[in-house]
Amino acid sequence: MYELVTGPLAWLSFGVFFIGCLVRIVLYIRGLDWKLDRVTYTVNVSYGIRGALRSIGFWLFPFGTHGWRQNPFLTILVFTFHIGLLFTPIFLIGHNVLLYERWGISLPTIPETLADILTLMVMVSALFLLLRRLALPEVRIITDGMDYLVLAIAVMPFFTGYMAHIQASSYSFWLTVHILSGEVMLVAIPFTKLSHFVNFFLSRAQLGMDFGIKRGGMKNKGMVW
Amino acid sequence: MPEGTLCNKKPVNTREELDALLADKSGKLYYEEMKRLDVDKAALRATLEKTCKSRMRTWLEICAHCGMCAESCFFYLANNKDPKQVPSYKIQSTLGEIVRRNGDVDTEFMIQVMDTAWGKCTCCNRCGLYCPFGIDMGVMFGYLRGLCFSQGFVPWEMKIGSGMHRIFRAQMDVTPEDWVDTCQWMQEENEEEWPGLEIPVDKENADILYTVNAREPKHYPEDIAEAAILFHIAGENWTVPSVGWEETSLAMFAGDWEGCRMQVQEVYGAMERLKPKRMVVTECGHAYRATVIEGPYWAGIRTGKTPIPSFHYVEWVAEALRTGKLKIDPAKKIKEPVTYQDSCNYIRNAGLKECAREIMSYIAEDFREMSPCKEHNFCCGGGGGMNGVGRYREQRNIGLKVKRDQILATGAKLVIAPCHNCWDAIRDMEEVYHIGIRWSFLKPLLLKMVIVPDHLKPKE
Repeated sequence: MYELVTGPLAWLSFGVFFIGCLVRIVLYIRGLDWKLDRVTYTVNVSYGIRGALRSIGFWLFPFGTHGWRQNPFLTILVFTFHIGLLFTPIFLIGHNVLLYERWGISLPTIPETLADILTLMVMVSALFLLLRRLALPEVRIITDGMDYLVLAIAVMPFFTGYMAHIQASSYSFWLTVHILSGEVMLVAIPFTKLSHFVNFFLSRAQLGMDFGIKRGGMKNKGMVW
Repeated sequence: MPEGTLCNKKPVNTREELDALLADKSGKLYYEEMKRLDVDKAALRATLEKTCKSRMRTWLEICAHCGMCAESCFFYLANNKDPKQVPSYKIQSTLGEIVRRNGDVDTEFMIQVMDTAWGKCTCCNRCGLYCPFGIDMGVMFGYLRGLCFSQGFVPWEMKIGSGMHRIFRAQMDVTPEDWVDTCQWMQEENEEEWPGLEIPVDKENADILYTVNAREPKHYPEDIAEAAILFHIAGENWTVPSVGWEETSLAMFAGDWEGCRMQVQEVYGAMERLKPKRMVVTECGHAYRATVIEGPYWAGIRTGKTPIPSFHYVEWVAEALRTGKLKIDPAKKIKEPVTYQDSCNYIRNAGLKECAREIMSYIAEDFREMSPCKEHNFCCGGGGGMNGVGRYREQRNIGLKVKRDQILATGAKLVIAPCHNCWDAIRDMEEVYHIGIRWSFLKPLLLKMVIVPDHLKPKE
């Protein structure tokens, strides 16, 4: 089983993930239409680039925008969740050992204690995101089953990885489930809302170009997000 | 496929059709007919296929349902945080459904879509500033209005408005003759007090081509006179076109993209015919948005720019004050606390916030910002055509509460609103809520405080 999930299935899921993300980027850009969107993407390009970078940049920083500042609790949850989600798997020592064994390369690693903390932070913030979804009427009304599913898909690798790490009962069971859930997440990214892994940047860039080129960016210092 | 005599999928293109609609008081028969108006599902599907592209579909798909847009919407706030007013909910339950069902929707559903697209959103685009993914629901509602219009599900006044543009190239039944007459009348009315005052019509190669909102010749001709006097004092070489003088676009509010194109091309035609150096638009928000910001796209101009550089009135005023073409008498500056209504259409959606502040620095001693302000300001409550639709009058009046409270919090009793829609909404706000405020365009205020050079004064 371990051979299967770390061999062909791993290749498959990474393949789907990378190709899927690439296809999404290409389809998004190809679907942009200057006349329908009413943004001259290819004219006044420098204003467009400035607008896009501002639009992405400010939103990448906690409390960097009016929106984040107006929702401090959510901001802390979102950033805690995403930082753990992105950094832990990439810099985890276990993952890098595996990488070194297979390909002879590895990235810098973070101490195990830090990885533990980040993992717990992902799970705790996910729990609060879930509670927020259930508790707030303005969030509940727009919530559907998919929102719970994608949250579960994103958290599962952390939960199972943590279980394997603390070797609760059967290490190999949790390890296999952990790897599988990670692969499920990779495959889910291009096909679900998790596609905001790339679409966050594309969509923010588009609106940034809209404001940067057409809606005022050429007459002022840029949108104050 | 049943279509009403008044409520149907055909835009209004003739006087007869327009008169028939106007004769139907408050659209009583029109809305009755709408209940039986069939949805052309094949056409709707085809339109989606052709026009609903990656930007729109991605917006609909990736919405994380986080609810951050809720508090950005003044309708949500004004309606005691009713979850049904959350922008994401409003767009997902309308456009989202149409796209998910690929156009397979019925009449009842489309009427509910219309009531959301015009009755619960003014396309102020504020929510777009508060979505982490940059989902601009105002843009989506604009698109949705276009879908509704193509299927005939459009508020009565909007259908009339779009028809006016198609027939008169103006939002009201003002013909080029009416317009030129009004200009001459205003010139004659004021030339005694202002010797040499002119409202030059169709002068070629002027520095400024001045264009207006049809309400001005129709209901507020003094606004044209005030503009003329201020240009006169500033020594501008200016003109108005006899054709292509109207900047507004109820067609934009209606989602009638073909009507939008016809309207702006009339103005661009005047630019090309008279070859002025630049255009200045009167104190109207959506007029500027329609003709200067969005218009070039409707007309298919690849640079996204009007044929000549175009400016909002506040840009001209700021420049005139900066360069000394207009000088303010310090003794006549506004002494009382005064606030400024940032119009969504030329502040948030066209970036002119600094011009407004610059003007206030010249004319007011106690300028008080609303909170929030500039690009984050709330809609007045009457934008996007909301002021003009009887069916949503009650919702409009509820929506005004947010702006009312913003104004009250400044402590100012005078609100400067260089936008026809904002001006109307604030006037109506006083009528509904009696908060003891006054409201004004810039022109009458400037005229009271500008220094008139001796050579322009009437000889004793």
